[in-house]
Amino acid sequence: MSLRTLAIVGAAVLAMLGPAMLAAQSVGSYNAVTEQRLLNPEPQNWLMYRGNYSGWGYSPLDRITPGNVKKLAPVWSFSTGVTEGHQAPPIVNDGVMFITTPQQQVIALKAKSGDLIWRYKKELPEDLLQLHPTNRGVALWEDRVYVATVDAHLIALDAKTGAVVWDTTVDNYKNGYYFTLAPLVAKGKVMVGTSGGELGIRGYVAAFDARDGKPVWKTHTIPGPGEPGHESWQGEAWKTGGVSVWLTAHYDPQLNLTFWGTGNAAPWPGDMHPGDNLYSSSVIALDADTGRIRGHHQYHWNDSWDWDEVSTPLLIDFKKDGRLVKGLVHPGRNGYLWRLERRADGIRFVDAKPFVTQEVFTKIDPVSGRPSYDPERKPRSGAAVTFCPGLWGGKDWTPAGYNPKTNYLYIPANENLCSTLVGQAGPYEPGKLFLGIDRPKTTMSWRQGASHIGELQAWDMATGQRVWTHKFPYQNWGPILTTGGGLVFLGGTNDRNFRAFDAKTGTPLWEYKTNSGITGVPSSFAVDGVQYVAVQSGWGVDAQRMQARLDTFLGTKTDVPQGGVVWVFALRD
Amino acid sequence: MRDSPGGPAPVAWPGRRTVLTLALGVGVGLPLARLGGAQDSSARGARPQPNDRFVLAAGERKGRLITLADLPSGGAPLTAYPKDATSGVVRDDSRLNQILLVRLDPRALDRDTSARAVDGIVAYSAVCTHTGCDAWDWQPASSTVKCPCHFSEFDLKASARVLNGPASRRLPALPVKVADGLPVVAGAFIGRPGFESGGG
Repeated sequence: MSLRTLAIVGAAVLAMLGPAMLAAQSVGSYNAVTEQRLLNPEPQNWLMYRGNYSGWGYSPLDRITPGNVKKLAPVWSFSTGVTEGHQAPPIVNDGVMFITTPQQQVIALKAKSGDLIWRYKKELPEDLLQLHPTNRGVALWEDRVYVATVDAHLIALDAKTGAVVWDTTVDNYKNGYYFTLAPLVAKGKVMVGTSGGELGIRGYVAAFDARDGKPVWKTHTIPGPGEPGHESWQGEAWKTGGVSVWLTAHYDPQLNLTFWGTGNAAPWPGDMHPGDNLYSSSVIALDADTGRIRGHHQYHWNDSWDWDEVSTPLLIDFKKDGRLVKGLVHPGRNGYLWRLERRADGIRFVDAKPFVTQEVFTKIDPVSGRPSYDPERKPRSGAAVTFCPGLWGGKDWTPAGYNPKTNYLYIPANENLCSTLVGQAGPYEPGKLFLGIDRPKTTMSWRQGASHIGELQAWDMATGQRVWTHKFPYQNWGPILTTGGGLVFLGGTNDRNFRAFDAKTGTPLWEYKTNSGITGVPSSFAVDGVQYVAVQSGWGVDAQRMQARLDTFLGTKTDVPQGGVVWVFALRD
Repeated sequence: MRDSPGGPAPVAWPGRRTVLTLALGVGVGLPLARLGGAQDSSARGARPQPNDRFVLAAGERKGRLITLADLPSGGAPLTAYPKDATSGVVRDDSRLNQILLVRLDPRALDRDTSARAVDGIVAYSAVCTHTGCDAWDWQPASSTVKCPCHFSEFDLKASARVLNGPASRRLPALPVKVADGLPVVAGAFIGRPGFESGGG
């Protein structure tokens, strides 16, 4: 066969294959994600970061139960082709799954079969610094898919094709601004908060018109001159004071308030930014229409421990002293479980108690919730200060879950870890690390006599008491999924396992060893009446950083393989 | 892909806490002021060239010429930018041009490193090949540098090969020589500075 003939035959084969390939990549019909659907997500779908606006990480699906979960097995998997932290949940809308990966891919898959529909890859600048090489997922609205990027863009994609509908440059990545969170969509707006607290940014939340990406409002998490709270900063510290927003807000449609967790003040030691430093290490309530700050609660003032209160409180209603409280529940990085009341006129403190050993707070004011500190446990310039929990706290970004059937809150915690920091001031330079510490002298240790680190805890919201704890030998970085079938799912450990527990008793029931360590947010969905559980496995970012610190401390060398894979499980027949 | 001098132009924001009736053109960004003139932007963005001098990249003495006296044996690495010897242009338009410069014991260097060094002075890209961080923790006992972002560790005595951590590629080396009594660039980076961000 001549080359020319070969080429003609090849072209004919491609022409035949072409339509089939196109058909395999076609989404077919796509069910637009309306405001109403976001307010009341169907049980078979997982339409946003934590499944609902209340941030529960809860699926009402109940086909998979403690009685049959042993039959759970993988039905398909998909390699993303990248390494580092795969933290995004598989978000599912009527049979179409969307995931994001580090290095800014968005991938659409058929949720039942795992077939690829489309893949979007953003070309990233070659000089980008990625302190947190991850992305925490998409937001859906109408026939659009929204992603906030590590080079500070907000992008809308066509849900059917992956084509870019609009691309808004929100900020200049060269100055340390970037996004890791999944956007929040509410009332036709796409809202994002900025990362970059280690790079001396001034944090903010911003909203854009979901139709065209035009800016609507922007609210700084550090008040500027003349704004309430500005007096809680001294001098110029507010300009580079950090207070990042790392995770998606939760939303109360009745109050029209979005609730955002905020990061620590920068640089780390508090004597480098005297004052309470509002609104660092807080929850702030922003009006969804205007961005106006309608309330706040600062969990701890003048942070000195790198305790970002990065997680968003869950919207859980609970009884306290016979009264039903419309609550905000937050297991904090500072190691306390905070219960607050969300109201039209602000946020009120209800109660707080430690969920891990906490040696910094000496008391909590019973009315305001303001903690007092042991000054010897507060890092400062020129002194080596050891504190527990350490800088990754009692729980870092990994979201807790809430199951309305058990009325339990599930916390992925780390116990017994401590850090030592030595404060050392350094100059601010845009886009450079701005930590204020003598880095080589930073160490991690664990409390004398400690038998374990990782924990999965269940807290009864009716009583405010812990009801069970499962312990893991090493760290737990597992976001929580809990289901109407009475299960809790999480990965998070360095042995690559994905696990299921009895939600009521904490009994471990099932585990499966995946390709890598799991720090992905799990989700559950159904297609054609079959319940699936999905998660991305792909170790990296802070789980890997903590592993490196532990290895240094323990004299070990732990190799947790990297590389992202989407896993989807269902019951075997 | 190339660097965009001055960075991208972010959106223009409406007045603080003002709810907009969105008008056409509101989202048009204001271009940031470019740091350098258009005339020398390509020189500022170019990678290090033979005979380039070194200047301090940061700190109070930022921009000051680095001399042999600034590189005592056993001292911590300096972070530098290259500077065109003729035009005086500092090539600081890309953070990928940052260079680690340090003087080590010449007897400790491996053969390849020794061939690129002068009087024990070695130079490498200062941008981590893992995810692009450019801060370093010096480990004088081992002549290694550790990246504080994700703890990759590189052996500066041996072509900056990876000793520990998630990086999979060594830091690109930069040959150096002495000219006019100064440490200067002797050749291009051995390898591409920065990290590979593309996936899939």
